[in-house]
Amino acid sequence: MPESVAGLVLIPLTWAGLAFALGPGRGGRAALAGLVVQGGLALQLAMAVNDRRSAHVAAGGWDAPLGIELAVDGLSATMLLLTQLIGLSLVIYARAYFGAADPERRYFWPLVGLLIAGLNALFITADLFNAYVTLEIVGLAAVGLVGAGGEAQRVGAALRYLFATLLGSAFYLLGVALMYGAYGTVSFSSLAPLLTAEMSVAVLMAGGLMLAGLMIKSALLPFHGWLPPAHGSASTPVSALLSALVVKAAFYLILRLWLDLFAAQAAPLAWLPALLGACAVLWGSWRAITAVRLKMLVAYSTVAQLGYLFLVFPLLAGAAAMQAVVMQIVAHGLAKAAMFAAAGVLVSASRQDRVAGLQGMAHHLPLTIAAFALAGVTLMGLPPSAGFLAKWLLIQSAFAAGQWGIVAVVLAGGLLAAVYVFRVLRQALMEAPTARPISPVPRTLEWVAFALAGASVLLGFRAGDLLGLLTPGVPG
Amino acid sequence: MSSSMVFAVTGVLLFAIGLAGMLIAAHLLRKVLAFNVLGSGLFLVLVGLPQRDGMADPVPQAMVLTGIVVAVAATALALALLRRLHALTGATSLPRDTDA
Amino acid sequence: MKPWTVVVAVLAGALALIFAMLDLPAPAFDLLPAVTTHLPASGVEHPVTAVLLNYRAYDTLLEVAVLLLALIGILALGIDADPVAPRPVEAMLSILARLIVPAMIVMAVYLLWAGAHRPGGAFQAAAVLAAGGVLLQLGGLIASWSAPRARLRWSIAGGFLIFLGVALVTGLESTLLQYPMPIAGRLILLIESGLTISLGLILSGLFLLLSRDRKNEAP
Repeated sequence: MPESVAGLVLIPLTWAGLAFALGPGRGGRAALAGLVVQGGLALQLAMAVNDRRSAHVAAGGWDAPLGIELAVDGLSATMLLLTQLIGLSLVIYARAYFGAADPERRYFWPLVGLLIAGLNALFITADLFNAYVTLEIVGLAAVGLVGAGGEAQRVGAALRYLFATLLGSAFYLLGVALMYGAYGTVSFSSLAPLLTAEMSVAVLMAGGLMLAGLMIKSALLPFHGWLPPAHGSASTPVSALLSALVVKAAFYLILRLWLDLFAAQAAPLAWLPALLGACAVLWGSWRAITAVRLKMLVAYSTVAQLGYLFLVFPLLAGAAAMQAVVMQIVAHGLAKAAMFAAAGVLVSASRQDRVAGLQGMAHHLPLTIAAFALAGVTLMGLPPSAGFLAKWLLIQSAFAAGQWGIVAVVLAGGLLAAVYVFRVLRQALMEAPTARPISPVPRTLEWVAFALAGASVLLGFRAGDLLGLLTPGVPG
Repeated sequence: MSSSMVFAVTGVLLFAIGLAGMLIAAHLLRKVLAFNVLGSGLFLVLVGLPQRDGMADPVPQAMVLTGIVVAVAATALALALLRRLHALTGATSLPRDTDA
Repeated sequence: MKPWTVVVAVLAGALALIFAMLDLPAPAFDLLPAVTTHLPASGVEHPVTAVLLNYRAYDTLLEVAVLLLALIGILALGIDADPVAPRPVEAMLSILARLIVPAMIVMAVYLLWAGAHRPGGAFQAAAVLAAGGVLLQLGGLIASWSAPRARLRWSIAGGFLIFLGVALVTGLESTLLQYPMPIAGRLILLIESGLTISLGLILSGLFLLLSRDRKNEAP
């Protein structure tokens, strides 16, 4: 079982390295095979955690604090499952999406492999400095994927993203440097008992720096400026990966630090991320409603949906709060991947990228529009979708804690999401004024979008299994 | 204040200078240079602070080696992106955030 | 962002942090004794190399991935498709390159070997090799890179794959990257040799790709 933990990092690194060595554009099948194996490993780990067997690996055979400790609990197992599932779906999508001569395809497989390796490594780490290295892998891979192809708008977006992610990493690393200077160790398990005692100002500042850096990386308002251009102009499979997984990675680390290390000291400050999250929900939704380009609409929707995650911090005393967060991460991950996948199909088929130009699409691509609608159901929070369950749990926790503002924001966010989802659906369902040329689109793309969207809705039925996975190992 | 503490304090000041540079400078090359100054400050803190009581500590030194490699990789990517941007559009600063 | 606001805010933060740092008590953990105690079992004699390639070898593996990532990211931009304007070569640089680069190669091998006993190792050696590569390009002795061909790609990926191979084998046998004690030293040397070549090529490649001049280029 420790082999599964290591395998989740080593296997994607291997197929990424091989994909690079084999040449530009090669490696798609290796990616597919690798992800299937990784999916199996993630499932095996999830079942082990469910049976209350925790997984610990001391990398190098040296125990922390000398060596690096890797650990998998309920939260990590869920994130790992989500990553392999979405990764596999998007690899299938990407294989059909890229034409043979597309410049973006040349180095897509090694970059995706390294991205997934970095994500998996982040979800299993229990060491602050190791987390920094994994964050860098994820960040640089994402930037590389955004800029792939070298077209001017993408390069600008990639550069803006790079500066934001480097700034975030720098703050985070300064925090780690202060922690090591203060305590002489960077391992979670060694630090946790030391931090429950009184904290010096330097350590508080260290915590603040780390959280600030991670907030930049997770595009929390007001640090969200890099996200819409990056997600909006990248190629579709990349946008889907970024919105569904990469931004969640930084949030996962915030959650880890908050729960495992800084729980007691950070509690009085919990209103700050919640306030920023509330603003993100409202502002992001507003920008999505007024967006002209389809992919920008979906990107701003990501900004809004991420806001929900930050609303949970004042509620963490209650049990339902963690369940709400995990449900939201999974639901949004699946739904957003589906939405970008559908958007990519629509943009390719209609040969233009504006929302207003989607008239008549429902007639030609009913499956894709259905996928978009189902994904929208999750984002709006309609039953029986997983999105509904996430919002329901969030509202329940907020009621229990007497936080009426949070309840109001969640409800308002759902309404605003309905506005921008229906905006797209309305355009697509309208009759096109003139007959228009439609590019043919491989059916695989539509089916992947539909499968992901369907999963996000159907997950509401099987949520019990997912949440049961969470309880043995939460928190830490 | 021991000599290592001086390193740590200098590191914080360099970090501050680099940070201000990254936020204020409009020219992309200046941002990249500021990032490197910030990185140097970061590494000074990482090595200097644990050594403030005198004994040299090999673990943060290894961490700094890792950090330097990561900074080189990031700088190379940033330079490639900004050269490409300049070659395509002639711009030397980030394009205005145009939402369409 | 208004410049003065940023400067004042950043300065205030820095001063606050400095005063906080000065008040720090002694750390709870001291890793130096642990590093020194296990040094004989680690396979090398220099503590920093032991940390980098044994105790925290997993970090090093990921860090090589970061460097590879930068190279691939640059290649993905399509830079290698730009036409190369040949630069005029100065005789001095060319002669200098011919004289110095062989010495640099010897230096790199020495640094690789010395890493076990004193400061040195794969990264330092690779940096020297990369500097040699830069010098060769400036002296007009090698051309800027276009899309790397198979042999170059495999050499670049090779060191990384060797390291991964060791990780996979140890992961299946016992624990991830746990070197069996009798062969630890040789395993580290194997990994470092592979890394020296790969990283040297990657670091040179970062420069050699960026050096493809466009006409009238001057950012």
